[in-house]
Amino acid sequence: MQPCGLEAAGIPAPAQRKIDFSRDIEPIFSATCYSCHGEKKQESGLRMDSRAGLLKGGDNGPSIVPDDSAKSILIQVVTGTHPDIMTMPKKKDRLTAQQIDLLRFWIDQGAPVPEQETASAASGKSGKPHWAFIAPKEAALPKVTNSRRVVNPIDQFVFAGLEAKGLKPSPEAEKSTLIRRLSLDLTGLPPTVEEVDAFLADHSRKAYDTLVDRLLASPRYGEKWGRWWLDAARYADSNGFEKDRSRTIWPYRDWVINALNADKPFDQFTIEQLAGDILAAPNGPANSVADQSLDRSRRDLRIATGFLRNSMMNMEGGIEPEKFRVESMIDRVDAVGRTWLGLTVACAQCHNHKYDPVSQKEYYQFMAFLNQDDEPRIEVPTPDEAAKRAGILGKVRAVEDSLLADPGIATAFTDWLTAAAKPQGDWSPMDAKEWHSTPMKYEKQEDLSLLAGGDIHNTGVLRVWVDVSQTNITGFRLEALNHPNLPGNGPGIMGDGDFMVNEFTVDATPLDEIKPVVPGSTNPPATTNRISFRQAIADWEAPEFPAGRMTDGTVTSGGWASATSEGRRHEERRAIFEAEKPLGFPGGTRLLVTVSCNPPGGLDVGGGKVSNYLIGHLRLSLTTETGTLKVDPLSERQRRLLVADAPGIRRELFREFLFKEPSVAAKAAEWEALWRDWPKAETTTLALVSRSTPRETHIFKRGDWQRLGDEVEPGTPAVLSAFDQSWPRNRLGLAKWIVDERNPLTARVIVNRVWQQYFGEGLVTTPEDFGVRSEAPPYPQVLDWLAVEFMHRGWSLKELHRLIVTSATYRQSSHVTPELLETDPYNRLLTRGPRIRVNAEAIQDIALSVSGLLSPKIGGPSVFPPLPDGVMQLSYGPIPWNVSEGDDRYRRAMYTFWKRSVPYPAMALFDAPTAEQSCVRRTRSNTPLQALVTLNEPTFIQASRWLAYRVLQESGVATDDARLTLAFRTCTARKPDAAELSSLRKLLGDLLKEFAANPSDAARVAYTDPKSPVPLPAGTTMTDLAAWSALSRTLLNLDETITKE
Amino acid sequence: MNLLHDFAAERSRYLSRRWFFRDCALGLGSLALGSLLGGKGFAATTNPLAPKQPHFAPKAKRVIYLFQAGAPSQLDMFDYKPSLEKWNGKPVPSEVTKGQDYAFIKPDAALYASEFKFAKHGKCGAEISEVMPHLAEVVDDIAIIKSVNTDAFNHAPGQIFMNTGSQQFGRPSMGAWVTYGLGSESQDLPAYVVLNSAGGLSGGSANFGCGFLPTVYQGVPFRKGADPVLYLSNPAGISDRVQRRTLDAIKELNEHRLGEVGDPEIATRINSFEMAYRMQFSAPELADLSKESKETLEMYGAEPGKASYANNCLLARRLVERGVRFVQLFHEAWDHHSDVKGGVKTQCGITDKANAALIKDLKQRGLLEDTLVIWGGEFGRTPMVEASVELGRSLGRDHHPQAFTMWMAGGGVKPGLTLGETDDFGFNVTKDRVHVHDLHATILHLLGFDHTKLTHRFQGRDFRLTDVHGELVEKLLV
Repeated sequence: MQPCGLEAAGIPAPAQRKIDFSRDIEPIFSATCYSCHGEKKQESGLRMDSRAGLLKGGDNGPSIVPDDSAKSILIQVVTGTHPDIMTMPKKKDRLTAQQIDLLRFWIDQGAPVPEQETASAASGKSGKPHWAFIAPKEAALPKVTNSRRVVNPIDQFVFAGLEAKGLKPSPEAEKSTLIRRLSLDLTGLPPTVEEVDAFLADHSRKAYDTLVDRLLASPRYGEKWGRWWLDAARYADSNGFEKDRSRTIWPYRDWVINALNADKPFDQFTIEQLAGDILAAPNGPANSVADQSLDRSRRDLRIATGFLRNSMMNMEGGIEPEKFRVESMIDRVDAVGRTWLGLTVACAQCHNHKYDPVSQKEYYQFMAFLNQDDEPRIEVPTPDEAAKRAGILGKVRAVEDSLLADPGIATAFTDWLTAAAKPQGDWSPMDAKEWHSTPMKYEKQEDLSLLAGGDIHNTGVLRVWVDVSQTNITGFRLEALNHPNLPGNGPGIMGDGDFMVNEFTVDATPLDEIKPVVPGSTNPPATTNRISFRQAIADWEAPEFPAGRMTDGTVTSGGWASATSEGRRHEERRAIFEAEKPLGFPGGTRLLVTVSCNPPGGLDVGGGKVSNYLIGHLRLSLTTETGTLKVDPLSERQRRLLVADAPGIRRELFREFLFKEPSVAAKAAEWEALWRDWPKAETTTLALVSRSTPRETHIFKRGDWQRLGDEVEPGTPAVLSAFDQSWPRNRLGLAKWIVDERNPLTARVIVNRVWQQYFGEGLVTTPEDFGVRSEAPPYPQVLDWLAVEFMHRGWSLKELHRLIVTSATYRQSSHVTPELLETDPYNRLLTRGPRIRVNAEAIQDIALSVSGLLSPKIGGPSVFPPLPDGVMQLSYGPIPWNVSEGDDRYRRAMYTFWKRSVPYPAMALFDAPTAEQSCVRRTRSNTPLQALVTLNEPTFIQASRWLAYRVLQESGVATDDARLTLAFRTCTARKPDAAELSSLRKLLGDLLKEFAANPSDAARVAYTDPKSPVPLPAGTTMTDLAAWSALSRTLLNLDETITKE
Repeated sequence: MNLLHDFAAERSRYLSRRWFFRDCALGLGSLALGSLLGGKGFAATTNPLAPKQPHFAPKAKRVIYLFQAGAPSQLDMFDYKPSLEKWNGKPVPSEVTKGQDYAFIKPDAALYASEFKFAKHGKCGAEISEVMPHLAEVVDDIAIIKSVNTDAFNHAPGQIFMNTGSQQFGRPSMGAWVTYGLGSESQDLPAYVVLNSAGGLSGGSANFGCGFLPTVYQGVPFRKGADPVLYLSNPAGISDRVQRRTLDAIKELNEHRLGEVGDPEIATRINSFEMAYRMQFSAPELADLSKESKETLEMYGAEPGKASYANNCLLARRLVERGVRFVQLFHEAWDHHSDVKGGVKTQCGITDKANAALIKDLKQRGLLEDTLVIWGGEFGRTPMVEASVELGRSLGRDHHPQAFTMWMAGGGVKPGLTLGETDDFGFNVTKDRVHVHDLHATILHLLGFDHTKLTHRFQGRDFRLTDVHGELVEKLLV
């Protein structure tokens, strides 16, 4: 059984460096061998997850012979040179030459396995922790022979690595290439010809650094790198899933842009996104919406939590809201894991993770941090609106203070409070057995209240079935309650949080007479046991909307509503219904409570009328008390606060007193009038707020949300840095743990993802996975050095960019020779500069920029550039796509309205992520459909016209050659060479001839609308403009134009 | 004095050019450099859609998936339950429903027997309802599976589960997996084409997305009318001659740049532009049904120039004839929460003839043998009735994940087979359960793949269409 000559079999020579088992070998074993020869299975008697196991081998004898790879069966089988055993791995892809190389040299170095024997990471018994789980340290700088070009340690590590392989870095790129590369990398836009000229003319030593400073200071920087962050944040303008309704969360997008432009330290940037609401309100959220939205810095902190709210939201009819709330939690764990930790935590959702030491329990512990929130939509008033609001609030307080200073009123208030504080009736909340409000779904809460969710549109009736045993029920109570998930804290589900109840009925059926729904019948069947009410009263009713309307037997007669001014719109309210006579059957009673609303004309939501004015959070109770029933002037929450003597409660109760005490009615009207000018904020955004009562988090058995396992407390994976006991076990603590300097992953993961933007691939090629199965980076020292520097330089992203772009490594020419393609096909060794097609957004932005069409406006609502007919119809929930007018038609691509179910095709085709989940690595494809976009899409055509117009209009550029050069430089930043100029000259000649012969074609090419042509540049004809437009179109389609060289 | 430098540059130009012309000039179809070099990274510089061999000899080489979105009522079309008639109007015994949640109805809703007549057809004696007289003519060519079972009962998750094997967004669709595994035979049409004939899709474009696979594998929606691919037509005023001249100039300048900088990606770009140009002619030609014979048009019920399900069925045949690997029709029209009888009748009127015509047409052209045709929705409908005053619903059926019917034909599927049984109510599967994962495993098998080995590494994990599940349904195979 002698091995056949390995070299003869075409196996490459072994590597010339020290092999590190956990970095180089274990990932190969883990990916390809352990599934058949590991802890669980030992095919042919072989177990490979320890050195002893490899030495012992299986049925065919020892797998390895230390120091002699050629005699090792392992090498023979992976190369297919063993005469008897089939090539391994049997069930996976063959090993690459490079991997075989590593295995051979490891064996030839004696097959060392550090410390302990067991190597399986999954078992947690690994001898040496995986490199990425140890905090980075700065390595000693290696010696470099050719040190002249070294700018910073990046170069020192890279050049030393190249020298060790007998390679040299590529020369520095041309200055025109450098300025274009830098501009695209730092701002996402190409340089103007003037900028190029200025840079070429600057011969000072500092020319390059000055350029870097200028670009980093440009507000365009925040847009370009903001888009980078939004990929991970899965930002989109719609909810996803079937309905895919539009959402407003662009204030979060703008927050990101502003934070990056201000170079907010990355640790702070992180903490604010994960826990901004906690920073904004350390003592818990304020109750009043009016109060919350005033302070700008606190408001910004709340906007930042939009990172977590970017989860998709299912509003399909008939869903279980909790199922999809859980889906959001899974999404958030995934997004945080990918964005900051480069960890595959999501895989532990169903079972213990096979390759990374994150257990299923740890996965749910991680989720427990994120599982404690409500999901409000908060108002984002403009500075004007905020100023007006502050003025009104000031006046309101002043009036209240002056009233309280009046001794007569103060005494009346105290008396009223004393009376109100007495117990008011004995109400038992009813435990609903079934409830029905399709397509919307309510969910029962712990206090037996019902909270609306799911498809909140298009419904107007809630039915609740309750089985009760009482036989002497005298009345019912309906409470309209607040909840942060509701607009403005509720209690209504739609619009501003108002509600209206048109009809409230109760039907009683003996339990033993219950019948099912039958075909042809309606649900529910007509009943004969409708309860008659003596009276319906509410603690407060808006004029014209009295509570009595709820029991008048018709839904069309108007109903009960409580909202008056903004100051009292969102208070909790209650109404009671007193039965004519006690009810309840001896054998038990099934009550059917029906709450209906029927607002006149419906409610205008998102361009359509809906009829849902229901209470979003409500609770039903019954009483058996005798005598005339009374309605409590205070809500249960107010009673609790009263007992606890909570701050602010007196002022809140004073407002109740003003309105409920007839003797001060005139004062109440004065107070009310102050709110009349309250400006409604045009803009809202999605944010988070911690729940008032914690939510239990359980392990889901096999990932199934309905199969609860053990309860878990918030915690972080044990394999990573420890969670400091001084941190709170909430999102704030989680954020602090993430940006703790001892955390081995965060800085590396961010540095790697920044690097990836520059070089096309990260130092670690799997930015979403730094686990044991990730490929070891070719220059781990660069990654670690940058990670440490990043933290030491105050987590400044701009400093990190500066380090990378000023390095000689980055400044290399990207030209590649066949030899280099052979030695370093993917540029993993960094033998040259990056040459990659720009991102989807830059494709559009380049066209708009070179044509001069690009609007400089930053931020604001998303825009609607032209969309071909029929695209929107692929969505279940199409929206009217009214193409933006004026400047908004030519905004940077990142502002394009992003509808998840039909992503904007001109960008989706260039690999823009769908935003269905966090994306930390875009694919980069090169397809015919992309060619059709740049050739034929209307925005590109418009850009080619305006580029032509600019060139023809440019003063002092009179000859064709000069114009061709200018147009070419505008697109590529460099001058065309003689061959290129000659090609373009010929093309121009042909196009001129073509359009001269076909004036109607010429008109359609030259003008957006041939019926209202723009004035031609002086001294030119329509034929000229058409030919130059077609020529510009050619330039916009060059590979070089859409590539960073 | 720069002679040496010039020489070196010239040589590198020469080498790049040689590389380009040798390997790329013929459309990159035969280029296998990527796999020679280990596949990674170089994928971008070779043609990721080049035809590839699956794990073993396939029975099916291409797929036409007729996706009946909204979920057709199996009880009114395929799963004949005479026993339901005596239960009509009575509640389902709770031991059957076992606390299953429903989207709209309550578990105590009464059973509702189909109002259609069923009869046996063909040599195989398959029993289907009167609403599909045309399918009745081809039952000997198809296999009916009455025991399909899924995990999801809301539309968006149900659709993406059926199409991607996961209820969570972000996974590649079946069509993406198949084109990833097999590449394409077409040089001038997309590998995976999507056609839509009714409402928008609950699952949106995720139904035919590529997830974490490269974008090139995602389904390309073909549009109605003369411009079947987005941005296909030349802009106003650009004649075909100017378009060609422009492309020649782009090619010339790109080739020149390739010579200068040597990046093979430019070669791919040149090819992309050439293929785009070819597509400008091939796609309209493909979409133009007027060249089809009168008999063919009549057989499908297709009308040139009109958008319809029938036209899409005919287009599907034309697409697979031209080497397109995976064609998926979407027809979102089956969500019959009310008047299920009328709804099923209407939709069968729209689709039945074309479905049968597609089978007949593929067969007579010798294509059925190695073309796999799949018909089905994302789940089934309840044996219980749905009714609601506010929603204006009566005599409908709600979503039902436990048991529903699909059919397949051609491509190694056993013709004339009826597989699987359900209980007396049509509620649960009692025999030969085929879970969605099993269906996926079987489809991949027919295409020559071991479903456990068609994988893609992402986030440190080898993902597959069947996740960690899926059993081959041997009984379905010839």
